[in-house]
Amino acid sequence: MTDNRFFNRSELIGILVLAVFLVVVLPLTLDVFRLNLVAKYLTYAFVALGLVICWGYGGILSLGQGVFFGLGGYCMAMFLKLEASSVENTKIQSTPGIPDFMDWNQITSLPLFWQPFHSLTFTILAIILVPGIFALIIGTAMFKRRVGGTYFAIITQAVAAILTILIVGQQGYTGGINGMTDLRTLKGWDIRPDHAKVVLYFFEVGCLLVCIMIAQFVRHSKLGRILVAMREKEDRVRFSGYSVANFKIFAFCIAAVFAAIGGAMFALNVGFMSPSFVGIVPSIEMVIYTAVGGRLSILGAVYGTLLVNFAKTSLSETFPELWLFGLGGLFIAVVLAFPNGLAGIWGDYVQPRIDRLMPSRKSKPDGWTDSSVADGAPAE
Amino acid sequence: MFGDYSLGDLGSIFVMQGFAGLILFSVYVLMALGLAIIFGQMGVINMAHGEFMILGAYVTWMTSSFFQSYLPSLFSGYFFLAMILAFIASGALGMLVEWVLIRHLYKRPLDTLLATWGLSLILQQAYRSVFGAREVGVELPQWMLGSLHVTDSIEVPINGVFVMCLTLLITISVAYVMYKSRWGRQVRAVVQNRIMAGAVGINTEKVDRYTFGLGCGIAGIAGSAFTMIGSTGPTSGQLYIVDTFLVVVFGGAASLVGTIASAFSISQTQSTLEFFMSGSMAKVLTLLAVVGILMLRPQGLFALKVRK
Repeated sequence: MTDNRFFNRSELIGILVLAVFLVVVLPLTLDVFRLNLVAKYLTYAFVALGLVICWGYGGILSLGQGVFFGLGGYCMAMFLKLEASSVENTKIQSTPGIPDFMDWNQITSLPLFWQPFHSLTFTILAIILVPGIFALIIGTAMFKRRVGGTYFAIITQAVAAILTILIVGQQGYTGGINGMTDLRTLKGWDIRPDHAKVVLYFFEVGCLLVCIMIAQFVRHSKLGRILVAMREKEDRVRFSGYSVANFKIFAFCIAAVFAAIGGAMFALNVGFMSPSFVGIVPSIEMVIYTAVGGRLSILGAVYGTLLVNFAKTSLSETFPELWLFGLGGLFIAVVLAFPNGLAGIWGDYVQPRIDRLMPSRKSKPDGWTDSSVADGAPAE
Repeated sequence: MFGDYSLGDLGSIFVMQGFAGLILFSVYVLMALGLAIIFGQMGVINMAHGEFMILGAYVTWMTSSFFQSYLPSLFSGYFFLAMILAFIASGALGMLVEWVLIRHLYKRPLDTLLATWGLSLILQQAYRSVFGAREVGVELPQWMLGSLHVTDSIEVPINGVFVMCLTLLITISVAYVMYKSRWGRQVRAVVQNRIMAGAVGINTEKVDRYTFGLGCGIAGIAGSAFTMIGSTGPTSGQLYIVDTFLVVVFGGAASLVGTIASAFSISQTQSTLEFFMSGSMAKVLTLLAVVGILMLRPQGLFALKVRK
């Protein structure tokens, strides 16, 4: 920490490199279709970023991040859907002015909880507050009673299952298994054509960089150090007079809000939202992105997400059968051999070499201390 | 919601739904028994448990096809052989997995979750490559079809009764092995204090391997029983894994009685609710209740009292 309280020089360089990569290199080299794919992958990077804070630093593995991704995504999608379902657009329905799937399910008036989503301001607030409050409730209920580790993971998984079943079951209110499709405009601005996709991409990258800054801030503040201390020796922190539960709740809520922002971006970029991004399988995949990138590295999470998704797209296009073997093998390899993922490889093998070439720079960034490399996951 | 039915109807409804719940209960118990051993005793989160179950189901399906084409005269009894084969196949795979993967991760329980999830993806794709993506159903022998008429309005399917008897038998065997046999005592000793158990001469690595194998083998039997009430596809295992984990956690991880009690309450709640509302809402309410109770009692219904 030479230059600034919240960045040491190598971290600042890392963030700048990422920013240049996302803002300059990718838009210049990729066509709009591929760029939109990157935008889709980056929505998961928000989730991975949250997981770095909550899992890597706080030691709380949530297998229900899809829930928050979904809540954010559905809030955004509800707003867009209402805008797409204006009276003129839906005049062939038996009740014009309500979303098409409600019409199909014999619902004749807009349900009460849909009403406020006519307002963009409310929607933006909801994207942050709904998942935040939901995480607060779950977190308070669990951490105050000292539920942690594996039990927490399993319960969040159950929550993900509950929400998926609920969304699929309540077809009239949520669009069921198909989700909310055919989203068209944002405040009258068409989100479907190519130039809109590019604008949305840059907007998303901007949001991601802001979230990275927030994560960086959390990590270097006293809060981040308490999180690490808690992960390593929870009782000791508790006996020192800190409210362990409150710190955990905070980390969990931050992760939830990041995931929700990602979900909202997803709905904007991809033009639909469905329960297939909410359940257990996507939630675990998001954990995997974090694990591959490095659970202790903010930037690693972004790169890991991009890499796994690129591999997934290109491999599953050409070798649909091999892909699952590859993905499964990757998980196992990462867990067994590289508990700190790509960032761990970078920090342990590449960076020391660079440092040797450039003796003026100092040591590896904090975060992966030697003990955490050795035993990976926090002690229970 | 009770208005439209007479008392007698309601009685039969409750009996029939209760019986449907008992079949669900049997499946839960069979799946959860293996998981209770692996998660409860060893602390390993085995996300591939469903896939071990599917392996048992596929073995049963292959055995039944084999008997159908080569030994049609013995077809009515194929099931007993199939179950043993399913146990051996899943158990052997389990022991292999323990040796290759799990034994490196005993100190990192959350990482076993990720690794076994990777394993489950690999197994799913392997099943898809070998057996095809289509769901397969097993032909039941004649004596298992049909149902018993208890009264005019109550009838129970024979295969359901069979699954229930099987569950009872296996539960008793597991209880005997874990609580009465010499090997079961070793398992519990290793669970309670690994270092001490090693110090008194128990080969803890071997105990671990066989325990994991036993848990997976029971999953195989569960899959075998499962073929009698549903069809099997490469991804069927995933559908049950969360339910099963909830059963185990809800019951209190290391308690056999707890596992059975929680499987019973969850399955009965669900099947009774299912009659009055859509299946998905019944499931949501049941899961919500379970999660709610777990928040009040994080250690589950029957927590084992141990010093930490």
